[in-house]
Formats: sequence, C-alpha cells, structure tokens
Amino acid sequence: MDLHAPPLRGSLPPEGADPPWGGPAADRAGPFIHSAFEARCREQPGKTAVVVGERRVSYGELIAQVHGIAVAMHDAGITRGDRVVLLLDSSVDYVAALHAVWHLGAVAVPLGPQTKAAKLTHVLNDTGARALLTQATLSSVWGAASHGASLCVWVRGEAPSPALAWPSPSNHATDLPGPTSAGDLATLIYTSGTTGQPKGVMLSHANMLAAWRSVQAYLQLRPQDVIGLALPPSFSYGLYHVVMGLGIGATLVLENTAAFPAKLVQRLASERVTVFPGVPMLWASLLALDLSAHDLSALRLITNAAAALPAAHTALLRARLPQAQLLLMYGLTECKRASYLPHEEVDSRPESVGRGLPFQEHWLVDEHGQRLPDQGCATGELVVSGAHVSAGYWNAAPGVATRISPGPRPGEHTLRTGDVFRRDEHGWLYCVGRTDDMFKSRGEKVYPLEVEHAICELPGVLEAAVSPMPDERLGLAVKAHVRLKPGATLAEREVIRHCQARLESWMAPKAVAFVDQLPQTESGKLRRRDLA
Amino acid sequence: MSTIKAEVRHYIQENLLLGAGAVSPGDDESFLEHQVLDSTGFLELVAHLEETYGIKIGDDEMVPENLDSLNAIEAFVQRKREVKA
Repeated sequence: MDLHAPPLRGSLPPEGADPPWGGPAADRAGPFIHSAFEARCREQPGKTAVVVGERRVSYGELIAQVHGIAVAMHDAGITRGDRVVLLLDSSVDYVAALHAVWHLGAVAVPLGPQTKAAKLTHVLNDTGARALLTQATLSSVWGAASHGASLCVWVRGEAPSPALAWPSPSNHATDLPGPTSAGDLATLIYTSGTTGQPKGVMLSHANMLAAWRSVQAYLQLRPQDVIGLALPPSFSYGLYHVVMGLGIGATLVLENTAAFPAKLVQRLASERVTVFPGVPMLWASLLALDLSAHDLSALRLITNAAAALPAAHTALLRARLPQAQLLLMYGLTECKRASYLPHEEVDSRPESVGRGLPFQEHWLVDEHGQRLPDQGCATGELVVSGAHVSAGYWNAAPGVATRISPGPRPGEHTLRTGDVFRRDEHGWLYCVGRTDDMFKSRGEKVYPLEVEHAICELPGVLEAAVSPMPDERLGLAVKAHVRLKPGATLAEREVIRHCQARLESWMAPKAVAFVDQLPQTESGKLRRRDLA
Repeated sequence: MSTIKAEVRHYIQENLLLGAGAVSPGDDESFLEHQVLDSTGFLELVAHLEETYGIKIGDDEMVPENLDSLNAIEAFVQRKREVKA
C-alpha cells in the first residue's frame, strides 16, 4: 500500500559523522541509541548541548557527567541488562543519567517527577531495579516507596544515608560493559493499560533507532536547531526529543515552566528556539497569551502529539505563528509514532492524523481482527507493523495475548493500537474512537480500571466505576461513581484526595457521585456506557 | 501567621496537594520544585485566588515570581488588592 514515505534527505548528523542508524555495523554490534550522541560529544565538545535556566552545559561537560554516572554505577556492581529507574525532573542530570545507563548497557526506566510512591514501588518491584537515580526534592516519594535492600539510590542534592551522593563528572569511562547488540533492551516506559496496573513497554536499541529514523524522515531536525522542551522527558514524546536533539548535535532548552506559559514564551523568544513540540493543553495556554508581543521569528517547526489538537486551535496556531511549520502527529508508547500529518495538509484536513509513517506498514482490521482491504474507504482498528514496534511488555505472563504480536517480517512486531480510524479513499486517517474504555484527560491516558482499583482501596467502598465527563480545560475529566458499604460514609473530597495520593494527578476524579447501584448487563458486568 | 498565607495553605492542603506523603510546603518553598502543584493545579489556584480575593490575574501575571510559593502569593495578592483599593 501507499506508505507515503517522503524521501530521506538532508538533516542527518553533520557530514562525516556516523549516521545514528543503519550502516555496515548495524548487524553486528550497534549502532546503539546513544552512539550518535557520543559521536557528537567527540566532534563538538564546546557546543552547548543543554540549557536549563541560566545554566548552559556543553557536549564536553555533559559526556563527563555521563561517564561519571556510568563509572559510579559500574563500581557499585550495576552492569549490562540491569534496570535503572530514573525519577528526576527535566534537567541536565536526567539527560546525563539516561545516556549513562545506555552507555553501561543497562536498561533505563524513566519516571516523571509527578510519580507517586505507590507507582514507584510497583515499578521498582516489577523491574527488579538495581538502581534508582533521583533527587532530594522528591524524597517524600522515594522515601515512601518500598523496595529490596539491594537497591542503590543516588540522590541529587542532600542524600541521607544509605543513599549515595550524586556522582562527580569523570573524564574516563574505559572498560565499561556497554550493550552487545542492537537487539538489547534499552528502555522500559511504564504506561497505563487495560489490566489496571502500569506495564513496562520494552524498547530495544533497534526499536528506538527505527522510530528515530522514521520520525527524522519527516521532522528533519538540524544540528543548528534549538529545541525547546517543556514536555516531561520521561514520556516517549519528550524522551525522543532528548535522544534526537542531542544525537543530531542540536541544543536542548529544558523548561519546567509549562505551568507558567508567560514565562515559557519569554524563554522561547530569548533562547531563539527553532523547534517546539507541544500537547493540546500547552498550546491552549500559549494561545491565551498575546504571542505577537514576543519575537518568535526563530521558531520554524512546531508539533502536536499526545492527543488531537482541536481544529480551532490548529487554525489559531497557523494564524499566530505563520512562519512555523505545524505537524500534527499520532502515536503510542509501544511504537513511538504511527502517523503524522504533513504541514501542507494541515490547513485543508486538520482533523486527519495523516497516512502513516515512513518505513512502517499499517492497515485496518474489523471487530473480529480481520484485515480490511488496503484500498478505498474503510473504518476499523489501526494496526501498525515495523521495526519500531516494541517486542512486548516486561514481565508479561506467558501465553496471555496482548496488543503486540511478532511478525509478519522476522524480527519485527505488529501492534493493535486500540484506536479506531476512518480511512478515506486517499488513505488519510481520521480517529473515530477506541476499542476499549480508555480515554484521555489533558492528553494523558486514563484506564478506568486503574482508577477503580485505587478507589476500592478505601475501606468504606463496595464498588466503583469511572467514566469520562466533558471538561472545558481538560477536554475530558474523570468522574467516579461509588457504591458504599452499608452504613459507611465517605465524602467526595476524601475519594479525590485518596486518588491524588495514589495516582498521577490526571487520573484523580474531578467529581464523585455516590450511587445505590452501578449499571449492569444481564450477566452482572458493569455497563460502562450507561454511566452518566 | 498572616491570613492570606494560612488560607492559601489550607486551600492547597484540601484541594491540590499532590498526594498524601506530600508534605505541606514551607513558606518560601517552590511549589513546582517540590511537586506540590502541576500546571493544572496552578490554573485551579489562580481561579481560587481570583474568586476569594476579588482580583483579576492576567495571563502575563501567571509567573513563578507571583505564584510559586506561599510568600510570593501573599505579596502578590496584597499588591493586587492595594492597586484595586
């Protein structure tokens, strides 16, 4: 079928540099996801790699930090294949820690700073992590998480014993293990799922390189780019901008100021940011400002992902930032990206996610999983296949079917996205719904079961059900329907507070209704569509 | 303790504190740095300040200097009320 693959051209790393993917060495040992970054560190040690606030860190300084962390972990006995959890905010330390884990051949497990102790405990135990790299300001989270005695904890800032102080930079990192093949696991990204517990999506070096190659084919990042990153770099969308930006030799401006759009836009102007990836909530808050009061003339490329951008906001962005190319993208952690809408199409079909991705095959299936014809109009669940698709979930019970299956090509995997699309006669895809009950609140996934499990931990609760409710600011908000045990009393506030303590903030209910009965099917199963 | 600070602290504890185990912020501690509030939390806080103190907070006033600690909020709210009065 028409894969709509644009020709690969330009914008690869500086001439003479190793390409970050492919090449004759690809079959043997690498390249790896950090190979391009390390090459850039050798070639341009004086160039600014990362800017955070007033702090500017060069590629040379950054690689010394990477080596310092890798050496400290190695000295503590952490080695190839070990899982290392990163609980850090968007910072130089995060970027350095990520590359240090890969340099050592270990597996990075990035978590955002909003992670709660319960989830951290789950991730530490599920991964059997050997190390946690974190920061003192998050001590209430990691201090409350339970884990095995053998976990090494490194802390940026004050490190109470037995935690270890953050490693010093080092100019030497010889004789470290390193990954042995591109098929080695590089990263586990924990994502909510139908089972009610976050699951670790396994991404090998080869998966990540393949996703990078597909994305770079249309994103065309350049070494001279200044990439503004207000996204949490623990999520796939932010993580890949760290990898791609530093791999190509660009400058990353890390911003923790998404909460303060006026500040953010000042930073975009003063740092002459050229590329800025965003999500619908972020665009909405920026569009509320007078953008013309700031010099954003350097901005050449803006992108949206995580959730669909309302067509009205797309039009506003085009009008307010006419010099910038706008790409609308769609993807999942399991494959990083599945489709993008080219800039030329944004004005005429803003509600389409595009026609897929270079180097990817995709098709639609009906409700029985049967592949629909590749030509002509159709509606069905989107399935994507290629080298970028994860091999599956960490610790998945053997024999249990998941969204991911091997093939059809050797070494590759196929992913059922769970998203239902309408395809028009020219192949453009339009999202029309889900095959399950997941919904998105402020661009983040909410699986009702995960919230319901948390609510049911409260002593007075007999059963609970969760549904989406429209919300002006969040798109959709979480509503909980709770049935109490006879004689039990519970306030709405208590339910919300419990969930805020237990779950990431976007999963906490905004409203709670106490009900005598939950809608059921004849067989006694919850009838979600009847929740109001 | 000042009434504005006490009131805002109470509001944050009741409504926005991201998690039990989350410690109530010190007067000068950054909400962002200590993960007390996220971006949605700040929007809710701003709506609360507008309603409670009868002030209007412009988008360009939503900056950490005005909102990112109890001390900052108190000074900001007092300034806004003086201008209004």
